Amino acid sequence: MKRVQFEHSAVPYLFIAPQIIIIVIFFLWPAAQAIYQSFLLEDAFGLSSQFVWFRNYTDTIVSASWLQAAGFTIVFSTLVTFLSLAIALLLAVKANEVIRGASTYKTLLMWAYAIAPPVAGLMGNLMFNPLIGDLYQGMNALGFDFDHKLDPYDAGFVVVLISVWKQVSVNFIFFLSGLQGIPKGVQEAALMDCKSSFRRFWTITFPLLAPTTFFLMVINITYAFFETFGIIDTTTQGAPGGATTTLVFKVFQDGFRGADIGGSSAQSVVLMLMVLGLTVIQFRFIEKKVHY
Amino acid sequence: MDRTPISTHIILIIGAVFMTLPVWVAFATSTHAPETILREGLQFWPGGHFFETYNEVLFVEGGVMKKVTAMTMLKNSMILGIGFAIGKVIISMLAAYAIVYFRFRLGVPLFWIIFMTLLLPLEVRIIPSYEVVANMGLLDTHTGLIIPLIASATGTFFFRQFFKSVPDELLEAARLDGATAWGFFIDILVPLSKTMIAAILIIMFVVGWNQYLWPLIMTTQEDNYTLVIGIKQIYQVLNEGGELPQFQKAFALTILATLPPVLVVLIFQKWFVKGLVESEK
Amino acid sequence: MAQVELKQVRKTYPNGAEAIFGVDMKIDDGELIVFVGPSGCGKSTLLRMVAGLESVTSGEILIGDRLINDVSPSERDVAMVFQNYALYPHMSVRGNMSYGLKNRKMPADEIERRIVDAAKMLKIDQFLDRQPNQLSGGQRQRVAMGRAIVRNPQVFLFDEPLSNLDAKLRVQMRIEIKRLQRRMNVTSIYVTHDQTEAMTLADRLAVINEGQVEQMGAPMELYSNPRTLFVASFIGAPQINLIPVSFDGTHLVNGDLKLAGFSDLPQGTELVLGVRPDVLRVDAGGQFGMNVDLVEQHGGENLIYGSLGGTTTDAGEPLEICLKAAQAMLPAIDDQLTLGFDPDTAFIFRKDTGERLK
Repeated sequence: MKRVQFEHSAVPYLFIAPQIIIIVIFFLWPAAQAIYQSFLLEDAFGLSSQFVWFRNYTDTIVSASWLQAAGFTIVFSTLVTFLSLAIALLLAVKANEVIRGASTYKTLLMWAYAIAPPVAGLMGNLMFNPLIGDLYQGMNALGFDFDHKLDPYDAGFVVVLISVWKQVSVNFIFFLSGLQGIPKGVQEAALMDCKSSFRRFWTITFPLLAPTTFFLMVINITYAFFETFGIIDTTTQGAPGGATTTLVFKVFQDGFRGADIGGSSAQSVVLMLMVLGLTVIQFRFIEKKVHY
Repeated sequence: MDRTPISTHIILIIGAVFMTLPVWVAFATSTHAPETILREGLQFWPGGHFFETYNEVLFVEGGVMKKVTAMTMLKNSMILGIGFAIGKVIISMLAAYAIVYFRFRLGVPLFWIIFMTLLLPLEVRIIPSYEVVANMGLLDTHTGLIIPLIASATGTFFFRQFFKSVPDELLEAARLDGATAWGFFIDILVPLSKTMIAAILIIMFVVGWNQYLWPLIMTTQEDNYTLVIGIKQIYQVLNEGGELPQFQKAFALTILATLPPVLVVLIFQKWFVKGLVESEK
Repeated sequence: MAQVELKQVRKTYPNGAEAIFGVDMKIDDGELIVFVGPSGCGKSTLLRMVAGLESVTSGEILIGDRLINDVSPSERDVAMVFQNYALYPHMSVRGNMSYGLKNRKMPADEIERRIVDAAKMLKIDQFLDRQPNQLSGGQRQRVAMGRAIVRNPQVFLFDEPLSNLDAKLRVQMRIEIKRLQRRMNVTSIYVTHDQTEAMTLADRLAVINEGQVEQMGAPMELYSNPRTLFVASFIGAPQINLIPVSFDGTHLVNGDLKLAGFSDLPQGTELVLGVRPDVLRVDAGGQFGMNVDLVEQHGGENLIYGSLGGTTTDAGEPLEICLKAAQAMLPAIDDQLTLGFDPDTAFIFRKDTGERLK
């Protein structure tokens, strides 16, 4: 809050109005609709609907396909978050050490940020295309009996690989800026106190990076939940047999392809609660950070 | 003297290759004839079909989609990227200004309404959002494509953070100098925010360009496809099979969809990194 | 130009915190008044209330004959120089100085004339087209003053304008501000926590403590005739020596220390004896001894620090005392000096209320 502020009756409302109006029309109203529809059951022609309380929820949550999608989403998010963070941290630490060629490395490692997930998805998909894809052939040549069209694990491998590839650059940028934010004095003091660079990293650098890491974890989980939609939609499309269907992909599938408005809305509401949970965790943490 | 151990360079080179090679291969392969690609697989060096492929994709009707050319899609992507970036900067600066510099009764509740957009990503309200836009007759329009996207809180929070870091004394000095609320905003705050605006424009151009789910559901006519939506279409064509798969065109399309945002990021790298890191604080 | 009058001015923040407790003050036309006090005493708040940057909870502020409680800052006809200068970083020096005038729709040639005049007076005329970040601290300070001067206001307000400058520049600018103010003869209020600045600049100064004016008067009056313990200890550098004592009817007593020459003081009340370092002198027939532990050579004079023989503080240590002596007086560490002073030059305060008794 500013020490001095303007005190006008109407002016601030004019300034804030554009955003609020758009939010009400395109965020709040649709969200309310989603919640409302999650309690309705429409007939096959969408002509009449009836209020069914939590039936959509109970139908959804216990359905095998939703549970399968939830299970995959958890495993998928964990893998994508962990792998992309680990790779990015390693690269950021190394890029921070290097003196010659530092800016070239930096540019080469971060530029993929600009690539859209579905574009990355299609590129990856083509690399794994059985007709032309060297990766597909390479995997088989290595004796893996690789077929991501049929094998759930192979399909999972493909979407995880592409999702990680797409996310490394963002994490790299944040880790590098976090590393550069560590005061030089602290690093020099550590250099005098501790000989092993490995130990120095785990006892000094990594703890100081903890805020960045935590923040990135939340960002990455959100990414794995939502933004990977574009990757899945241009690679496996949830196949084989729903093995690579994330919760978001399922909402889309059931809502637009399956026209199951009630069930899709119920899933949406469950997702809203998950986002709420993630946000609460994030803010808890930010509050804590203020104390330090 | 560079005393960096050689292993550091090796790790970084592997990382750089991992991040770069797929796009290079996509480019190299796009410059070969489809028969070559089918026969030999992915290509690591450019071939002789660069002009042929890209000309057909960019300018020839029916060259890549049923009718629309990549040039049109490029134009649509540009409109989305630029419109999204500018729209977002304008409405979030205005809102952040109201929140930071005014004391008004609904200030706090309105702030929380803006905050709530973080809890409601498009994916959780996709069908009703579609219905709203359809009812307003905005399907297949630029307005319907851009406006619903620009209201999320990220830009507002970014400018709110920046405005809070502007010294209080500047406002006090301006008030003694007789500046009105609008005058302070236009004469002082906007010029002061120049670098911040540039940084946000760059990030948001990339974000806008890369939008997928929203354009996917709300554009129905080919004329309105963006490049990223074109990607989805060519994916379906490839999946359906049929005649000789045009892999070189698919790769060319991925390159075209990648190039503009990548160029923006590379050219404005410094601002981009600043904007990205600061906006998430 | 105008006089400024504050009548029972109070400030209470919305959260209930009270900052100013009823200040009455009359500032004469052309006078330079300094508000001085420790940080958090309310001096800046009071200044900002005059500027219109803080609302007045109750009481009245008048500039000339005009009640300005509810007048907006830009219409009060005051100009302010801020601690961090508050220059608009994206505007040239000229832009900074003209912004307020443009907002008042002043004709361009008049604006230019005023800017040139002020710039010449401040010796910044060669910088008019530079940006603030191309200027040194002292030059920015001048621009901030120029921005105030071109407004040709009835009152100048200075909010610790020199505290961001280094020591040498501070002294230089202090002198310059004083000269400018003399020349322009504009009523000015100047806020500082630096008592040297306050003493040297002020026509009159107001010592402010915990939201109240403790004492107001000419600098030397406050120095030689402080009304309270707070004023005595705040004004004067080095700080006045304060010795807790009690009165036994004939002597002031602290431990083994007994000082004669005092009368008519209450017995059984805790008192504080205040002796300025410059009234202490080395005197073989003096009243107490001092064990030297540090000598600071300031060039023209020496400050001699040491412990006061026979006394103890609550913590059981001997009392520290400071003496200002001539250049030639240069004792070694652990030397014993005998000191004396004229009882008429000392102050005696009640410890509990801070009220001066003598």
